[in-house]
Amino acid sequence: MNSSALIHAVIDGVLTGSVYALMATGLTLIFGVMDIINVAQGIFVILGAYLSYALSVHWGIDPFVGLAITIPTLFFVGIAVEKAFFGRLKGPEKTAMSILVTYAISLVIEGTLNMVFTVNYVQIQAWYVNKSFRLFGVWFPYIYVFGFIMAAIMLSGLYILLYRTRFGASIRASLADQTAAALVGIDVRRVSTICFGIGIALTAPGGMIFGATNTFNASTSYDLISRLLTIIVLGGMGSLGGALLAGILMVTLEDLVGVIWSPVWSTLSFFLVLVIVLSVRPQGLFGKQSARVA
Amino acid sequence: MKRKGKLFRAFGATSVAAVTAITMAATTTSGAASNGTIAKGAPVTIGISLSLSGDFSADGLAYQQGYKLWAADVNRAGGLLGHPVKLDIVSDASSPTQVVTNYQKLISTDHVNLTFGPFSTLLTLPAAQTVNRYGYAMIEGAGGGPSVFQAGLKNVFDVTLPVAYDLQPFAKWLTSLPASTRPKTISYVTSNDPFTQPVVQQAQKLIGKSLKTVYNNVFPAEATDFTSIADAVAAAKAQVVVLGSVDVPTVSAFMQAFEQAHYTPKAFIATAGPDQGAAFIKAVGAKNADGMMVPNSWYGQSKNPQSMKMVAEYVKQYGGTAAGVNADIAEAYAVGQVMAQAVTATKGFDNAKIIKYLHSGKTLNSVQGSVKFNSLGMNTAQTAYTFQWQGAKFVEVNPVGDPGAVKILFPKPAWGN
Repeated sequence: MNSSALIHAVIDGVLTGSVYALMATGLTLIFGVMDIINVAQGIFVILGAYLSYALSVHWGIDPFVGLAITIPTLFFVGIAVEKAFFGRLKGPEKTAMSILVTYAISLVIEGTLNMVFTVNYVQIQAWYVNKSFRLFGVWFPYIYVFGFIMAAIMLSGLYILLYRTRFGASIRASLADQTAAALVGIDVRRVSTICFGIGIALTAPGGMIFGATNTFNASTSYDLISRLLTIIVLGGMGSLGGALLAGILMVTLEDLVGVIWSPVWSTLSFFLVLVIVLSVRPQGLFGKQSARVA
Repeated sequence: MKRKGKLFRAFGATSVAAVTAITMAATTTSGAASNGTIAKGAPVTIGISLSLSGDFSADGLAYQQGYKLWAADVNRAGGLLGHPVKLDIVSDASSPTQVVTNYQKLISTDHVNLTFGPFSTLLTLPAAQTVNRYGYAMIEGAGGGPSVFQAGLKNVFDVTLPVAYDLQPFAKWLTSLPASTRPKTISYVTSNDPFTQPVVQQAQKLIGKSLKTVYNNVFPAEATDFTSIADAVAAAKAQVVVLGSVDVPTVSAFMQAFEQAHYTPKAFIATAGPDQGAAFIKAVGAKNADGMMVPNSWYGQSKNPQSMKMVAEYVKQYGGTAAGVNADIAEAYAVGQVMAQAVTATKGFDNAKIIKYLHSGKTLNSVQGSVKFNSLGMNTAQTAYTFQWQGAKFVEVNPVGDPGAVKILFPKPAWGN
């Protein structure tokens, strides 16, 4: 085994895993507050990637600078989607119905993206996308390092929002128990709408990094969503810290298995860990027991 | 007892209804497959399942363009035996299970007269097995993996060169280089796809010990993140890389990771991806494409008169340049051409007669060149070529000495230069 490849695998895993964690955080936030399994999260990531691509190609806006436009845009798209489709979803079937509704939304967005951008694969380009720098004998691609830093900033921002603000307390209360939160005067409906917006807004930076590190078209979303769902189930549905840890853990493990053993088993290892963890802790690493019961 | 009697009556009625329905369906479908007659002036309907979404969507859409281009040409010339051609295209979302459902529906519900193949070996095998049950011929252009031919089907005909031969010219060129210039090391990395693995395995056999293998691995077809695999290949620092890829994203991911690792192999060939013309250039950039190689049996600047006509029509309709025309277009177009010749020769749309005719050993022609099927449905009349991107042009470089071949760009220029 080549030690250089091993080091690379760990570095790749941590750097890439943090971006997946960022994308998965939006998904788990939406589930935690609203009991909605948003299978459209993958296509929203691709929508974020296409928005960054369009800003870069047509207006020459750097993808990172473009986030100042794409994050608010996707936030308001999220708000609009929540208000249009999820306000009326109630009752015990809400979670199951949410899968159908979000799947329908993903199909509409996929079809629209195919019409606008065609199915030809594209990739976001910038000076740092293919460049790297050497540190301690290891090549660090700029895009992954920038992506890691951005994910750290975004997740820290989310942490501050959740744990250092009054609105964050409302979200956490809703995450813990929606009925109790409503009883103490929290407008759970408003919190839900904003959380959905935040969850979708987080796909903008995730999508930008994904689009700069992969060629993509609208159909790429199918590969993404299975991975994102695995991450949040492993971390614990509704657990933000769980999504972060599971994202980094899963991708690093996958990369290490690929290098140490064989790439054939790398994807399998991703799901094998999920099965093992769930057999011991059905609620995931950091999930609430009630999340499974519900 | 009364309840039992009711149950028996209900069971009996259901059984009779089911048997009647099955018999009617069987009569209808076998009629569609073997009758071969169509009312005067009525269209001949061709059923096709294509990957209009999912992993193969870029290829699926290109195939759709190729089939439609052919149908438009045939209809302009008066149709097939005077019947206008109507394409019944449904999407399989790149799913091997959906493709089965689609062909069942096309034959038993839509009653199509003929069928054309889907995209990829992965989907062609279940599709061919399905239409075989109804007695239909399946002419296709993208199911050249050994698994399709090993299935023992008599109804499948691949108009393209079998993929196992794809890397022959490249292997021959590599091993024939003088020892002083011949690369010393090679890496093989492939998706475990039924199309790519046989190609790479065949290349390994042909190259043998002429070059030292420093990396040899298979990655799952469903992989989406290639960074660590590509980094491992880069760390092995082989002078030649053979990549078994099915699409542009896979090749692009390896190219990006190699550039980030400051690793440029002297020769880099991928089984698919660089053949997608403008779509490949758009994804990776013209400068990065320089020196990238891909095996194929057709290219946009081919001097074949039929091909030149098709390319001109394509460029007129969709824009772009001859070099940017996706090879999938030609494969799909060739499928239509071969079917047209079989229909003309058999003077009808009887699938049994079409199958018999295509097995007769007759040499047919297409935009991709000659077509002659062996008993397994492989096209034995075509030649494998290696193509390379040189300064934003897609040119033939192998077999060495072929009239259309230009000098190979070797060693490959550094990324982005």
